[in-house]
Amino acid sequence: MKFGVVRFPGSCDEVDAVLACEQQGEAEILWHGDRDLKGVDAVVVPGGFSYGDYLRVGAIAQFSPVMEAVAEFARGGGPVLGICNGFQVLCEAGLLPGALLPNTELRFLCRQVDVEVVNAGTPFTSACEQGQVLSIPVKHTTGRYYAPPGLVGEMSSGGKVVLRYAQGQNPNGSMDDIAGVCNAAGNVMGLMPHPEHAVDALTGSADGACLFASMAAHVAEPAAA
Amino acid sequence: MRARVLIRPKEGILDPQGQAVERALPALGFDGVANVHVGRLVELDVDDASQVPEMCERLLANPLIEDYEVLTVE
Repeated sequence: MKFGVVRFPGSCDEVDAVLACEQQGEAEILWHGDRDLKGVDAVVVPGGFSYGDYLRVGAIAQFSPVMEAVAEFARGGGPVLGICNGFQVLCEAGLLPGALLPNTELRFLCRQVDVEVVNAGTPFTSACEQGQVLSIPVKHTTGRYYAPPGLVGEMSSGGKVVLRYAQGQNPNGSMDDIAGVCNAAGNVMGLMPHPEHAVDALTGSADGACLFASMAAHVAEPAAA
Repeated sequence: MRARVLIRPKEGILDPQGQAVERALPALGFDGVANVHVGRLVELDVDDASQVPEMCERLLANPLIEDYEVLTVE
């Protein structure tokens, strides 16, 4: 299978994302100015500071040619994973519910956190165990997940909250300890922690690899995931 | 025509920037300050000011988390 990893001006985690994807299959960079997704089977929108994060985080990137193609790919059921700034872009683009606000403490955070898999039945978590705790780093200033409270309740009961920070480890004031969510159809997911930085024991944890493995398994056999 | 758009965090959504400013002012001797909120100001020259609300909905503001107010200037 082939992953596509988007590169915007200001992206900075796309190389690690490519390396994480290459553990599971092929991977190719998708330039922001191109509408061509090069026949990829899954898309990763990586972290960084797309278009300088001017105006609001993720606000400008949503109108790039590549994001028009990614939105169409997502509407057709293709799996799309947004990490950190990628999560912010997908929210701004309306592909995921909610928005990301400045951390409650107003500081840039860079630390390892424990994240619990609260729904292992998605194309992004099927290789994880339900309730499994993943050790993954976060590094962001604008990671406080917000959605209208009624919607958060619906998402939670409907299995759309995929990852939660472990008890006492919510680093940014996210509602309901939410670390990662998916859309109603389940084929688009966003998360603030960085699984692509945790795919080799050399860096302290390889727990993030299960998200990429899940996507590869989903592409190989969509019905199983 | 010159348009001016004021964008504010929606009421009820925690505004840590506003809180930080509110806490800083008394330290400088300014007492009696409450309900501080920090937003953004966008100024633009437009041919058709009636398009500005749609610009706000689609780009300048995120209506899920922000309120906006359009003012036109001379």
